[in-house]
Amino acid sequence: MRFARTSKIVGLAAAAALALSACGGGGGGTDGADASAVITANTTEPQNPLVPTNTNEVGGGRVVDLLFEGLISYDASGAPVNEVAESIETKDSKNYTITLKPDQKFTNGDPVTASSFVDAWNYGAAAENAQLNEYFFDSIAGYDEVSAKDSKKKEMSGLKVVDDKTFTVELAQPESDWPLRLGYTAFSPLPEAAFQDMKAFGENPVGNGPYKLAGDGAWQHDVEIALVPNPDYTGTRAPQNDGITFKIYSGFEAAYQDLLANNLDLLDTIPPSSLKNFKTDLGEGRYLEKPYAGNQAITIPGYLDEWKGEAGELRRKAISMAINRPEITKVIFSGGREPATEFTAPVIDGYDADIKGSEVLKFNPEEARKLWAEADKIEPWGDKAFTISYNSDGGHKEWIDAVANSIKNELGIDAQGKPYATFAEVREIATSKQLEGALRTGWQADYPSLYNFLGPTFGTGAGSNDGDYSNKEFDAKLREGLSAKSPEAGTTAFNEAQEILLQDLPAVPLWYQVRQVGWSENVDKVDTAWNGVPIYHQITRK
Amino acid sequence: MAWYIVRRFLQMIPVFFGATFLVYFLVFSLPGDPIQALFGDRAVNPAVADQLRAQYNLDQPFLVQYFLYLKNLVTVNLGNDFSGRPVAEVLAQVFPVTIRLAILALLFEAVFGIIFGVIAGLRKGRFFDGTILVASLIVIAIPIFVLGFVMQYVVGVKLGWAKPTVGAEAGWSDLILPAIVLGLVSLAYVIRLTRTSIIENLNADYVRTATAKGLSRPRVVVVHILRNSMIPVITFLGADLGALMGGAIVTEGIFNVPGVGQRLYQSVLRGEGPTIVSIVSVLILVYILANLLVDVLYAWLDPRIRYA
Repeated sequence: MRFARTSKIVGLAAAAALALSACGGGGGGTDGADASAVITANTTEPQNPLVPTNTNEVGGGRVVDLLFEGLISYDASGAPVNEVAESIETKDSKNYTITLKPDQKFTNGDPVTASSFVDAWNYGAAAENAQLNEYFFDSIAGYDEVSAKDSKKKEMSGLKVVDDKTFTVELAQPESDWPLRLGYTAFSPLPEAAFQDMKAFGENPVGNGPYKLAGDGAWQHDVEIALVPNPDYTGTRAPQNDGITFKIYSGFEAAYQDLLANNLDLLDTIPPSSLKNFKTDLGEGRYLEKPYAGNQAITIPGYLDEWKGEAGELRRKAISMAINRPEITKVIFSGGREPATEFTAPVIDGYDADIKGSEVLKFNPEEARKLWAEADKIEPWGDKAFTISYNSDGGHKEWIDAVANSIKNELGIDAQGKPYATFAEVREIATSKQLEGALRTGWQADYPSLYNFLGPTFGTGAGSNDGDYSNKEFDAKLREGLSAKSPEAGTTAFNEAQEILLQDLPAVPLWYQVRQVGWSENVDKVDTAWNGVPIYHQITRK
Repeated sequence: MAWYIVRRFLQMIPVFFGATFLVYFLVFSLPGDPIQALFGDRAVNPAVADQLRAQYNLDQPFLVQYFLYLKNLVTVNLGNDFSGRPVAEVLAQVFPVTIRLAILALLFEAVFGIIFGVIAGLRKGRFFDGTILVASLIVIAIPIFVLGFVMQYVVGVKLGWAKPTVGAEAGWSDLILPAIVLGLVSLAYVIRLTRTSIIENLNADYVRTATAKGLSRPRVVVVHILRNSMIPVITFLGADLGALMGGAIVTEGIFNVPGVGQRLYQSVLRGEGPTIVSIVSVLILVYILANLLVDVLYAWLDPRIRYA
């Protein structure tokens, strides 16, 4: 999940709202840019070398996304558009034949061939390379072998190069939404030069995307990353400016001050401390608020006795109905969130705000008290506290406290947040199934699909199923959706799967994320895509 | 004197090892799994996690990890941080920035602190003295991040006299505003220390003698009063240099200065043992050297102090 870290970084800024807003570099060197139409934008220091299969956080992700072009890209609404792919064909959702467009080149002149993709994917999946995005390849036949510990095998059996412009992919099982994933940067092609020294390549990556690095060493660590348009680019994301210079900040407060002083052109996140006043600070026409494919929830683990069985089900519903979502989104986030009505996000194709059973996500204190009393008859709750574990370096404290208070006031039980100092600490407790109460969970889509919100988080044994949820009917509905013949049929099955989730409530959805972006007086045509990332290539300078 | 300095250097060795051991132990004891955190909310393929742990020696027991670190230290190989950058390169980037920032802040607080302190001391109880006392009290009472944000907003955004954040190169002129913020609180202390010290020495016998000998007022003030009043101030400034370098996290954060404090903060959050220990080691060295310098300065300021 590419933006997993975002919450942490956003959070950093928030935890730090007063004391530690963090830093990076930025400023200085790029001011002469006014003459040409170079746009300056904020980012964070990439946490890894800029290798597509190893970049899983937003700071490096947005750069890699501009440096590389995959088989497909997503338009602003999240619809797939063929880029390097001429066609992606399948008859059974299991075997795919991918044909590439002619005359595609990397910026070092090498041609983009079928091997550029196959080699890059094999590299990404092999355990010995320890790539952070290796799980993206887990659907491909042979992944299990190359990703096993000490595996000698380096090539997935499901990938076969037919000729320079054609390769075939065999999946382990049918997955109708698999082609949709191919726009994610992990699936980018790599030039041959990369494999000789991946570390050096990650410092000065050579791609085939709309932009390229502005020369060797254009990535100055903790300071900036300068990109210029790739003159050979032929895809749909043609740059409308003369380059993007990403100034590196590790918090948003300092970047926001730069934005106010027109020292930075684009800020993709308004810091929490300025949420209340950014509209007046910037003025009409210099900001944008737009929902994107992410949501926030609290997961209640299925392995805890008090949340099992009939009483557990009643309690889960009571908790959900006791949370005043509209009030909290208004007061805590100044409207910067939208109350959730299901488990995915409104920008995803197939979203349905009125899934059967969704009334359980509406604030209904009387019903909540009634359900809680019913559960108490089956099995008394006693004077236990309802806790919500979260990482306190993530800027979550305010809303966790508000949710806990809402539950406390409506149900009359003790409810409180349970902070852990770091993201690492709370993740360790979650993955080792040591939670004693609820857990804050956020999900941001890797690719625009309902399944991406449901499968990885609620499928039996799935990677991010922190609550250990398992329901055979739900799993069956997911499989039905994946092997569906048409996207519409898939959507129907996925939303039926959501009906089961609304019944079981393995997690209590809270709200959808909204991206707030601000820009300087010098730029125009700023918009964000389905995933909340600014559409950098279409920004123009006034 | 030379022997004294050599002995002090020898004393540094156990201090250095003790401190690095302690810091390494603290980092080792941090709760949470840094490798898991690299993957965000995703479950990690155990094979990949093992591979990464081995790469950073995280699969070894504490003592082995520490000795591996020491072994690398001897060969001037500080290891890599979690993004694969050599820690030595990171140090070479962040320290010059913070050193510039600390020197500017130290100059600012020393020059203005001593000048204002001397004037206030010589005019004890008068208007200037009162104003300085009240002003320094206010500065000490306001938390540094409030001062930082206010200065950034007023000077950087509203007046536009300086950039609100530090430029890419973090050069001397870019760092003036952050250095003033960083040095403000210490400035207040330096003023108060100097003032008290001056007042104390004003009534000393040797000052009366100097004046009676017919020396000019400036000479009495600079050579006799000031020099003898400097010992507590120098002690404070020496200790402050270490604090300015390691404690600039807040200021560096506000002004987006790519320095030591920021890097340290991030590394602690990510649980990057080698980076944290390396940065702290250098800070310890700076601290020890600054203290040594202070002790040597004592002897110069007050010839009665002898080292052997």
